[in-house]
Amino acid sequence: MKQKLTNRFGWINENNIVENDGRLTVTVAPDKLTEVAAFLKECGYDFLVDMVGMDYGDSLGVIDYVARGADTSDLIALKTSVPDREHPLIPTVSGVWRVAQIYEREVHDYFGIRFIGNNDMRRLFLRESWKGYPLRKDYDADPNINPLPLENEPIADMDTIPVYGIDADGKETVTYRPMYGDDDYVVNIGPQHPATHGVLHLRVALDGEIVRSVDPHFGYIHRGIEKMCEGYTYPQILHLTDRLDYLSGIMNRHAFCLCCEKALQMDVPERAVVIRTIFDELTRIASHLIGWGSICNDMGAITAFMYGLRDREKIMDIFEETAGGRLMAAYDVIGGVASDLHPNFRRRVKEFIPYMRKMLHEHHLLFSANPIATGRMKGVGHLSLEQAIALGITGPSGRASGWKNDLRKAEPYAAYGKVDFDEVLRQDGMTFDRYIIRLDEIEQSLRIIEQLIDNIPEGPYAEKVKGVIKLPEGDFFQRVENARGQFGVHITSRGDKTPYRVKFRSPSMVLVEALKDVAPGGKVADLIMLGGSFDYVIPCIDR
Amino acid sequence: MEIGKNKKTHIKNMRYEDFKDNEYLEKYVEELRQGGVPVALGKLSDIINWGRSNSVWPLTFATSCCGIEFMCVGGAHYDFARFGWEVYRNSPRQADVIFVFGTIVHKMAPVLKRLYDQMAEPKYVVAVGSCAISGGPFKNSYHVAQGVDQIIPVDVYVPGCPPRPDAILYGMMQLERKIKVQNFFKLPQQPEVKESVTPVENEAQYEAKTDK
Ligand code: SF4
Repeated sequence: MKQKLTNRFGWINENNIVENDGRLTVTVAPDKLTEVAAFLKECGYDFLVDMVGMDYGDSLGVIDYVARGADTSDLIALKTSVPDREHPLIPTVSGVWRVAQIYEREVHDYFGIRFIGNNDMRRLFLRESWKGYPLRKDYDADPNINPLPLENEPIADMDTIPVYGIDADGKETVTYRPMYGDDDYVVNIGPQHPATHGVLHLRVALDGEIVRSVDPHFGYIHRGIEKMCEGYTYPQILHLTDRLDYLSGIMNRHAFCLCCEKALQMDVPERAVVIRTIFDELTRIASHLIGWGSICNDMGAITAFMYGLRDREKIMDIFEETAGGRLMAAYDVIGGVASDLHPNFRRRVKEFIPYMRKMLHEHHLLFSANPIATGRMKGVGHLSLEQAIALGITGPSGRASGWKNDLRKAEPYAAYGKVDFDEVLRQDGMTFDRYIIRLDEIEQSLRIIEQLIDNIPEGPYAEKVKGVIKLPEGDFFQRVENARGQFGVHITSRGDKTPYRVKFRSPSMVLVEALKDVAPGGKVADLIMLGGSFDYVIPCIDR
Repeated sequence: MEIGKNKKTHIKNMRYEDFKDNEYLEKYVEELRQGGVPVALGKLSDIINWGRSNSVWPLTFATSCCGIEFMCVGGAHYDFARFGWEVYRNSPRQADVIFVFGTIVHKMAPVLKRLYDQMAEPKYVVAVGSCAISGGPFKNSYHVAQGVDQIIPVDVYVPGCPPRPDAILYGMMQLERKIKVQNFFKLPQQPEVKESVTPVENEAQYEAKTDK
């Protein structure tokens, strides 16, 4: 790839293309960004994994992580930056990668960078009236500047969408476009609504019962985690990762630990690696049970939700015994795990596996074959393979459309290289496929646990680490497969005991963005089902 | 005539001494009974309170992690239906209590306030989790409210991050005790609502808001 890039672009030389750790980093000037992006896409890099905004002090910039849809482990970082802090302008790549549209809105919200040509440059999380850009290093966090509001911000004036352009002298221009036509009938779903699975706000334009367009509003649970990370040491940050996507908290924590360990070039004891894998899979089962339960709940089958919770409690008990926590197990630490296994652990897990198999059978009998349920789910909510890749929809939802993107297979981390399991794929990409794939993945997780539970190596459960952990200078990026897709951690370190910048890739964000493309044309009731089958977790999006 | 000066609330299967913060409740009772309570009304109020405290309907409201523990409390294992709380309401207009599960951020604060305002009197608030109490792990954040008591009045606090389901049940019982000692006839009444708003008034209100 390096060869291809240097052949194609004469100006690329040793200075702006570096390879480390098997990953290419290409640095380009903003005006060259779009052509390089288009060329990368031509070469098969059609999956924009993540976009990280950066404040380098003297300049503002973005890092785009792109991967090949055919092999998601093949990653390239594309960097660009602008020195102008007053009017930072960068051309959009949303024409190349569809999902860049929402990522650019996020960077705009955090850093104030304007993306020329992106047709929606509203703020993503914060109120339009928010003063300042919080992730800039010179942001003033004085609560008097942005006091706690007790009045809703009128949303009507948000129907004018700013679009940034550039005029002949290179000056920035702003034009406004309308969001809705005069005859659009707009309904608010959320932020307090039982079917949005959290505090999500959807503005839905309707034509009778048919959805015309969906406009998601985020930020009702934006907790500013990324900014807080900059003030915390690495072991402290671990506690925040649990609270992003709390249903796969252990896996998120695993990702952060892996990222730090990679940077420190530290080896984790075999025992800890296997234990982490088992915990990840147990978490995946617990999360899928809730996911499955809430799809059924959205259909009105509260029984299923209760069944899901009942089975999940068994896993919570196992966690509690060993780790001490239920939902927030706080178990993985940098260098291993926090404590050794409880003597009962092996027995409990071994009892759980046959129990869960039996229950899975029952769930299938009761719900998967239920004519009412299948009637609601089959043939609606179609997400094509191309859409899935363009939107970067990984995880079960992407695999239901036939996209092979399981990182446990593509880039085996932890003990996944040593176990035998199938990456479940389905081809149709309907709501029903996303439903059934979760139950099938539970079976695969059980298989993984079964192979590992009797083969936990003896030895220490954690590597000794120094009291103060300092990462070497550089950018580090690590992904794991969590219950909703690829969860990524980006750390920029300047060699201090706190990171310079931390960014989390949320697999849920693109799932909500997908509603924009998938829901129009369907019924409102199918929109609710679509949300259920995507199974997004809002605090992970808002961070 | 005064009754129940040293009245102790009774909760099934739980001894009075096993509860914490009894002094608070006793002081509260004393305050409530200061002017004396008529016998008949007092008894009637007790009966009504017995009914009210055993069928409290919570609003389905959860913003983040703590909400999952709420679902667990609602699930078969912990099962708050044993206390008569099982009917979650999706509309604030039908709910008696709002459990604030999870972090409340700047953008959510007005929404929470509005939900609270929409509930009918008598209404109660329970702040569950350190986020709802003080901002919790996110206290240093630029976008997090430092506790819901800055926005709405809170009756019971349940600490933890997240609190265990048992702790949430305990918090519910504490609220139940509080409801039991109140004088139903002296509770705040619903504020008077103007029957109808003309379109002109409505517009004026909206303009006033948007100008601000
Ligand atoms: S108190 Fe803890 S568990 Fe509860 S919402 Fe806050 S961070 Fe999440």
